[in-house]
Amino acid sequence: MTEIIQRYGPDLLTGFGYTILSWALGTLLGLVLGFMIEIARRFGPAFLRYPIRAYVEFVRGTPFLVQLFVLYYGGPLIGLRLDALPAGILGLTIYGSAYFTEILRAGFDAVPVGQVEAARAIGFRNTTIITRIMVPVMMVSALPALVNFAIILTKETVILSMITVPEIMFQTQTMMSETFAFVAPILILALFFWGFVELISRFGRRLERRFTHYLLDRS
Amino acid sequence: MFSFQTIVENFPVLLGSARYTLLISVLGCIEGLILGAVICAAALSNKRWMRRIAALYVSFFRGVPLLIQLLAAYYLLPVIGINVPALAAAVLTVGLCAAAYLSEVLRGSLNAIPQGQAEAAAAIGMAPRDVWIRILLPQALKIGLPAIVNELILLVKASSLVTVVGIVEITRMSQSIAAATYRPLEIYLAAAFIYLVINLVIAQAGRMLERRLTV
Repeated sequence: MTEIIQRYGPDLLTGFGYTILSWALGTLLGLVLGFMIEIARRFGPAFLRYPIRAYVEFVRGTPFLVQLFVLYYGGPLIGLRLDALPAGILGLTIYGSAYFTEILRAGFDAVPVGQVEAARAIGFRNTTIITRIMVPVMMVSALPALVNFAIILTKETVILSMITVPEIMFQTQTMMSETFAFVAPILILALFFWGFVELISRFGRRLERRFTHYLLDRS
Repeated sequence: MFSFQTIVENFPVLLGSARYTLLISVLGCIEGLILGAVICAAALSNKRWMRRIAALYVSFFRGVPLLIQLLAAYYLLPVIGINVPALAAAVLTVGLCAAAYLSEVLRGSLNAIPQGQAEAAAAIGMAPRDVWIRILLPQALKIGLPAIVNELILLVKASSLVTVVGIVEITRMSQSIAAATYRPLEIYLAAAFIYLVINLVIAQAGRMLERRLTV
């Protein structure tokens, strides 16, 4: 047992690091891209709407695994030659952006029109209206869904192992095929994700309380 | 160069493998609904230990990635002496996972049914089991229909993961065709296209069913 830990411990830790890294970057970049897409759809020219809709439908209608395969194995054919890790992070970003943009859309739709009009009436610029009025108000209703999707993304990171990103699943599988021990590694992996997901949802609830603090105070 | 010919030549085979994708996701969804109803009943039970078990089940199956669940079923079931074919193990696992999500869907829908319905049924002398099967569940299924259709779409996409246990559904088939033809871009895009069409059809069917049920 100690031998196994000595032999595979560092690899597993590295894998853990890659899991966290790809999740964090994928979520963050996905959120940024999703936000930009939503801004383009909402304030951009009308001809952008159809391509954006097609993009969202395509990403949401196909499995993440197939998207990764297209990106990683199909990419080089159109000159997009990426290593496994960047391809994985880009895949997560694209996948996340489509879902995030829909969540943000629902959130922006829920912002009362009167607030935007009031801001415009007192002379706020468009960018200020977005950052100071729409985003804070939108966050109240969209945050639970955003956190929920960030949690879903943690579970999608294991799929990166299928394009050989050396994250925790990949390391565990390597370890399993070399030691022929299956039970403990799989259980440990399951427990790890269970804990990870619980942790993020706790954090999400705390974040929610922060964003809705002013609502709670009054009632 | 993008080769449409590769797609055209391999499309029938790829489309044929879609039957496993459909089989796994539809059976998984049905299993998930049945088991999900049981878990939902446990979650709403007045016995504390039953609620605990239901909560633990939902938290576990929603907290652990399906890919890990599939590998666990594939490697661990034989260890405890259960030898099932890969397809059965895949359907079972997908269904177990779906049950966790669907039990929450059903719980939400049950909350939307007026309290008076169950009370009226009890008042005219229906047994608790009948109240569940004849009054509450049919209405919960109807209210939860959009979410259930959504879950089925998620399952179609999730079924791509059963490649790891060696079932030749769309994704696995596209992997081997891509390896044989050296045209991964075309083949994987074709696979993505098939998934997209399946999901659009399911979404449309769901909307039609919804309209029919609500009229």
